[in-house]
Amino acid sequence: MSTGEKFLQLLIVIGLFLAVMAVVLVLTSRVRSRVGEILQTTAFLLPAVLLLALGLLYPAIRTVIESFRDRTSSEWVGLANYEAIFTDDALLQVLRNTAIWVLVTPVLATVIGLVYAVLVDRARFERFAKALMFMPMAISLVGASLIWRFVYSYRETDAAQIGVLNQLLKSLGFETYRFISTEPWNTLFLVVVMIWVQAGFAMTILSAAIKAVPDDIVEAARLDGVSGWRMFRYITVPSIRPSLIVVLTTITIATLKVFDIVRTMTGGNFGTSVLAYEFYAQGFRAFNNGLGAALAVLLFVLVIPIVIYNVRQMRKVEAR
Amino acid sequence: MASVTYDGATRIFPGADRPAVNKLDLEIADGEFLVLVGPSGCGKSTSLRMLAGLEEVSEGRIRIGERDITDLPPKDRDIAMVFQNYALYPHMTVAENMGFALKMAGVGKEERSTRVREAAALLDLEQYLDRKPKALSGGQRQRVAMGRAIVRQPQVFCMDEPLSNLDAKLRVSTRTQIAALQQRLGITTVYVTHDQVEAMTMGDRVAVLKDGELQQVDTPLALYDRPTNLFVAGFIGSPAMNLLAARAAEGMADIGGYRVPIDREAASRMTGAITVGVRPENWRLVSESEGGLPVKVTVVEELGADGYVYGTCDVEGTPGTVVIRTDTRGAVSKGDTVYVTTDPEHVHVFDTESGTRLSA
Repeated sequence: MSTGEKFLQLLIVIGLFLAVMAVVLVLTSRVRSRVGEILQTTAFLLPAVLLLALGLLYPAIRTVIESFRDRTSSEWVGLANYEAIFTDDALLQVLRNTAIWVLVTPVLATVIGLVYAVLVDRARFERFAKALMFMPMAISLVGASLIWRFVYSYRETDAAQIGVLNQLLKSLGFETYRFISTEPWNTLFLVVVMIWVQAGFAMTILSAAIKAVPDDIVEAARLDGVSGWRMFRYITVPSIRPSLIVVLTTITIATLKVFDIVRTMTGGNFGTSVLAYEFYAQGFRAFNNGLGAALAVLLFVLVIPIVIYNVRQMRKVEAR
Repeated sequence: MASVTYDGATRIFPGADRPAVNKLDLEIADGEFLVLVGPSGCGKSTSLRMLAGLEEVSEGRIRIGERDITDLPPKDRDIAMVFQNYALYPHMTVAENMGFALKMAGVGKEERSTRVREAAALLDLEQYLDRKPKALSGGQRQRVAMGRAIVRQPQVFCMDEPLSNLDAKLRVSTRTQIAALQQRLGITTVYVTHDQVEAMTMGDRVAVLKDGELQQVDTPLALYDRPTNLFVAGFIGSPAMNLLAARAAEGMADIGGYRVPIDREAASRMTGAITVGVRPENWRLVSESEGGLPVKVTVVEELGADGYVYGTCDVEGTPGTVVIRTDTRGAVSKGDTVYVTTDPEHVHVFDTESGTRLSA
């Protein structure tokens, strides 16, 4: 099929869709009653609900089922896959790495973003400084990882260096260091990339929250004898608490799902694999359907409560 | 306890072509309740914020007692402020809000709680001490804001339109409560409002500002009886004074051919274009033959205790609406024509061009 034909098909489908919606609208609009309203709502909701069920709900259920079957999804194995996750040394390391990611990234990214937001607030160069900080957000995680792979790049101490960090070590008189392949610290060097990306996000949201603190409250606090650090501690932070929680949970969710950075920087080698990467590696590279599915389910179970909490906090922020 | 002195205090905002407050000279006695009043943009809030330390003083000095506080940070001035929107800390309870300044000043927990409790008792807030501001009504929030100021036992209270967010009825009752409270505590208070009724009812003295300039400062009655210029005459009093354009003619004011007698002092000083001011209650209803100004009645407001007649007058120089206070109780009705005159001792005479008062 040529590109032209594909576009033609696309247009036909869009046209069909509009026609069907128009017919639904005309038909249901004639029924002017409560029943008609319900009919109309259903007619418009149904396609979306069907597609969601097909694309999201069905695979989710299938994944849960497969997590109880073997690597080719042919035999029931009970909880064996889950048992493997919590007993196998390699998989335990994956869990440990994931825990490090989730504990370190949100906290550091939020703290850095908050401090930065407070420092540049109302400065003359604020817009420029914020744009600088936000820029990493605009880069894909793969792009960010490639940039940092250069930063961490390793050559023998005697050789000419292409990595900025090792060049720095060398000019300070130290031996060059294998940032990416030396366990266990390499996981932390990968975490740095995520922090670099997420701190900009944290800064943007928190900066907006800080600006939303009413002027007269800040003035009242100044009259009450508060300034500097105590203003931050007693007025600023409590005032932006809901936004802080939203930022923390949002970054936590993103971190739990981190895949691109590990894939790009180490390919899961040197003991850096995490849950989201391992589930891909097991399912699509080692062709172990059962274990892959079990890892996916575990990830899902971990993310869900945070998402719920996040949504609730978000509503609170909006309600203020 | 202390007096407050503005000594040529001036505030020029960056980029503005005229000062927001221009060379303000004002002495506020120890324990006095002084109201700053004026239309929006007159510099009253800026004057207050200069005293509080929230606005820089561009020129001149401000003193509390003998202390020059012009360059002190807000917290070292020993003042407390009540904000228009109360500015309560939303994440603290009422008790924490009220005790926050003491906590920051390092006052011990026990003394803090005693002082908060005392203030709460004074303001009838005891049962709300554990609530957050969100769970309070507007009037309660206003009282918490007052309480936060009282707890500090400052030398000076600054109040920036603290009643403007209350409904009309609550505003009237809170007005008296604040005035009584200030009387009892005896703390020097500077109070900003745009409402001249509030100013008249609350202040020991009232300072009228316009365009950053102090117009007049005096007791409410003195302001009412002897406004120093046309602006104060029109601003103080509700309904406002009737201002009629006239010309000086042989010791009388000539309003479109009608002669109004003037007191001798004003008569000796006036020339050319003058403005004659008559308070609504100073009109007398007379018969047509006595030569009063004819006023065609458009609206009659009967308030029970007194009544106001609003009307138009075709005589050149009279304002669009003439307001007359009467006690006729229904004797005048819409569409009638009444004739009014006044007496020399009740006529305020101003020079139209300069706006200054000519009467004694």
